[in-house]
Amino acid sequence: MSAIFEVRNLKRSFGGLAVTNDVSLAMAPGDRVALIGPNGAGKTTFVNLVTGNLTPDSGEVRIDGEDITRLDAIGRVRRGLVRSFQVTRLFQDMTPAEHVALAVLQRDGRAGRLFGNYLAMPQVMAEVGDLIGKLGLRDLMHRRVREIAYGQQRLLEIAVALALKPRVLLLDEPAAGVPQSDTGRIEQALADLPPDLAVLMIEHDMDLVFRFAKRVIVLAAGTIIFDGSPSDVTKDPRVREAYLGSYANASHVA
Amino acid sequence: MATMNDALANAHGNRRKFGRDLAGLFVILGLAVVGYLLFPNNLALLTRMTAIALLVLSLDLVTGYCGVATLGHAALFGTGAYASGIAAVHFGITDPLLMLVCGIFGGVVAGLLCGVVILRAHGLPQLVLSIALIHLFHEFANKASSWTGGSDGLAGIAPDPLLGLFAFDLWGRTAYVFGVILLAVVFALLRLVVRSPFGMLCRGIKEDPIRIRAMGASPKATLVKMYMISGAVAGAGGALNAISTQVVGLDSLSFTLSAESLVMLVLGGTGSLFGALTGTIVFMFFEDIVSAANPFHWLTMVGGLLIAVVLFAPKGLYGTIAGAVTRWREARR
Amino acid sequence: MLPRIIGKQDGHMQTVFSIAVDALAYGMVLFVISIGLSVTMGLMRVVNLAHGAFAMIGGYIASYAARDMGLGYGIALMIAVFGTIVIAIPIERLLYRRIYGAPELTQVLMTIGITFCVIGIANYVFGPTLKTIPLPTGLQGSVDLGFRSIATHRLFAILCGLAVAAALWYAIEKTAFGVKLRAAVDNAAMAAALGVRTEIVYAVSFAVAVGLAALGGVVGAELLPVEPYYALRYMVTFLVVVSVGGAGSIPGTLVACLLLGGIDTAGRYLVPEFGEFFFYLAVIAIVCVFPRGLAGRTR
Repeated sequence: MSAIFEVRNLKRSFGGLAVTNDVSLAMAPGDRVALIGPNGAGKTTFVNLVTGNLTPDSGEVRIDGEDITRLDAIGRVRRGLVRSFQVTRLFQDMTPAEHVALAVLQRDGRAGRLFGNYLAMPQVMAEVGDLIGKLGLRDLMHRRVREIAYGQQRLLEIAVALALKPRVLLLDEPAAGVPQSDTGRIEQALADLPPDLAVLMIEHDMDLVFRFAKRVIVLAAGTIIFDGSPSDVTKDPRVREAYLGSYANASHVA
Repeated sequence: MATMNDALANAHGNRRKFGRDLAGLFVILGLAVVGYLLFPNNLALLTRMTAIALLVLSLDLVTGYCGVATLGHAALFGTGAYASGIAAVHFGITDPLLMLVCGIFGGVVAGLLCGVVILRAHGLPQLVLSIALIHLFHEFANKASSWTGGSDGLAGIAPDPLLGLFAFDLWGRTAYVFGVILLAVVFALLRLVVRSPFGMLCRGIKEDPIRIRAMGASPKATLVKMYMISGAVAGAGGALNAISTQVVGLDSLSFTLSAESLVMLVLGGTGSLFGALTGTIVFMFFEDIVSAANPFHWLTMVGGLLIAVVLFAPKGLYGTIAGAVTRWREARR
Repeated sequence: MLPRIIGKQDGHMQTVFSIAVDALAYGMVLFVISIGLSVTMGLMRVVNLAHGAFAMIGGYIASYAARDMGLGYGIALMIAVFGTIVIAIPIERLLYRRIYGAPELTQVLMTIGITFCVIGIANYVFGPTLKTIPLPTGLQGSVDLGFRSIATHRLFAILCGLAVAAALWYAIEKTAFGVKLRAAVDNAAMAAALGVRTEIVYAVSFAVAVGLAALGGVVGAELLPVEPYYALRYMVTFLVVVSVGGAGSIPGTLVACLLLGGIDTAGRYLVPEFGEFFFYLAVIAIVCVFPRGLAGRTR
């Protein structure tokens, strides 16, 4: 199958230090990939390069064959490359319904409309109700975000991302900060993601990685040191070295 | 079943908001009638109040709803006033509605210009840009005196009767009614705009522009658009001022007017159209009473008032009262 | 023909020279007044629109001391600086403390409020007329530099600016206090964690900033005349200088003062009919090109 999302030889240095060094990967529709790596491996920089918040020194990012390296973050979202945030970024005084409606309207190019209330737009509200219902937030639909629990806010992040109808979804630690009792809901939401969507998940929690991903990529010191099946990752000597070595270094520094 | 309930809840919420809009309109019209009955000899002040209320509403759109700090918003108002006045004096466009259109157009152009410049920076540089812009507009209007009358003001604006029927009389009755209707119409339109998808987008930008970018919307393009809408509203206010006073002075393009409009907005409460109206009315009444006695005492009082609002009522008069009412209602439930 | 051309060129040279001297003196006065604003803005992140009001208070005190009480210029200057600091301390305690870390709009409103109050009170106490600070004989007249003569007062203003720049440079780069100040500007929370008592750093910086403003208000009274609307009239100029220079940067502020002082003075000489049109145009151009200021750091 042809690649829906492709990164070719991506490089970026800060003051001579190569934080992302010649990273390449390709994903097909329906892929479930987890990107892991020890602290300081360059995951955040990689996310920023891919989403367009940072410009690479060299290399390419492609969506469905189209080179989007020159596009800014907004242009990339419009091409179908959508992300969620490691710490939720939601509007505290808006309701989940408003969040999802805004995303739906924006996707359809109608968010700039000066008149008309989204509540009175049947198609919009049908889609909003559908998405919110799937994620189990229906009861909270018209509550303000500041009044709902963090686990539910994480689910709303996923709903907002899905409302944008992405082709590639970048999930940045979708379960971070969620109490153990609520992670089941999030895992369920991840399992229910549209089957043709390519998902790249950045995650620390190895249990979640093993249950979700069909493929694991390990990033260390800015380069990919492993790209393969979850069952092989723990056996790989370089992965062991990267993780255990970094722990040794970390304890040394501390 | 759940969808049905949602629909009902929404319809209920919609109706309540719509009810508040209607109430708002009735309050404006009611106050207008009360003003007319109480101060029949001071309609000029009341008309100016409606013009300035349009300026403050316009400022609320960018400051209250979008979080842009500006001390140069009179640029939009003054440009509207001059556009309308110049159309009348130099091009013979003396129909009041056409003059209004000219003012709105002028305001939109000024809004576009100011928006594009001011939105280039954030924080202190943004504030400085806004101040520099209003001074630039002021100096420009002063220099282009063959068009604007310079420091003498642009005089000789003689609007035709409104709709060919109602002449602008000496007592300012026509101007007052014209102003009140204009304000009511603009207010109703803005209530729709702030609740539209666009209004929601703006609230989102105020809170987290990065989130909005991640949704694929451009904060900058949205804010420039809001600046243009704001310009239309301020321009309408400027045109109203030009039509009712029949002169346009450099003070309509001044830093002082910009700062005062911000004070009015904050006094009433940012981010609420009712707050903008409240602030304008309270401020201008006090100004009329106190500054007639001593303009410098007025300045001291405005200063003291500002400090007091910041310290004790950061949500403004309307915001504080509305908050108290909401709490009282919730406590009763 | 030849002598006339030379004469004309000499006339041009004379104009260029007077513009240069005036621009330099004006720039230096701007620097003395604004540098305190720049440091406190960099340090406390407060958009302080009332800074000019402190310069004005200094001017009023000096004028009262020198003209009405007949004290010497130097004494009047000292009284002005310390008097302004004494007036500023309760204002800082009661009002500024409340807006550290507050949203920008709140800071703008509070400090505009303070400015309006100061203007109103100054007018009530001293009246609306312009106040002069009589110069001592030593600062009147002009100094002959050999090829040109230069007004002594202008020279004095320039020297004051240089002295302030040098003293600040020394205080910030070479003293223990300077180390704490730089640490606090860079990262206040970190500095506090390292044992720097940031509230003391804040208080001292605020006092020095206000004192320098008063000094600039007195020294610059010939160029920026003292009257009640002073605080409003030059509010923009001071803010612009700090914004263009980049808050917290001494070299940035100095460059911005000289640059903007030069543009403003040249504009007044060469195209007086345009008022400050070109000054503000330059400001917009510079801020648009350097949104973080000339010496601004990427945050």
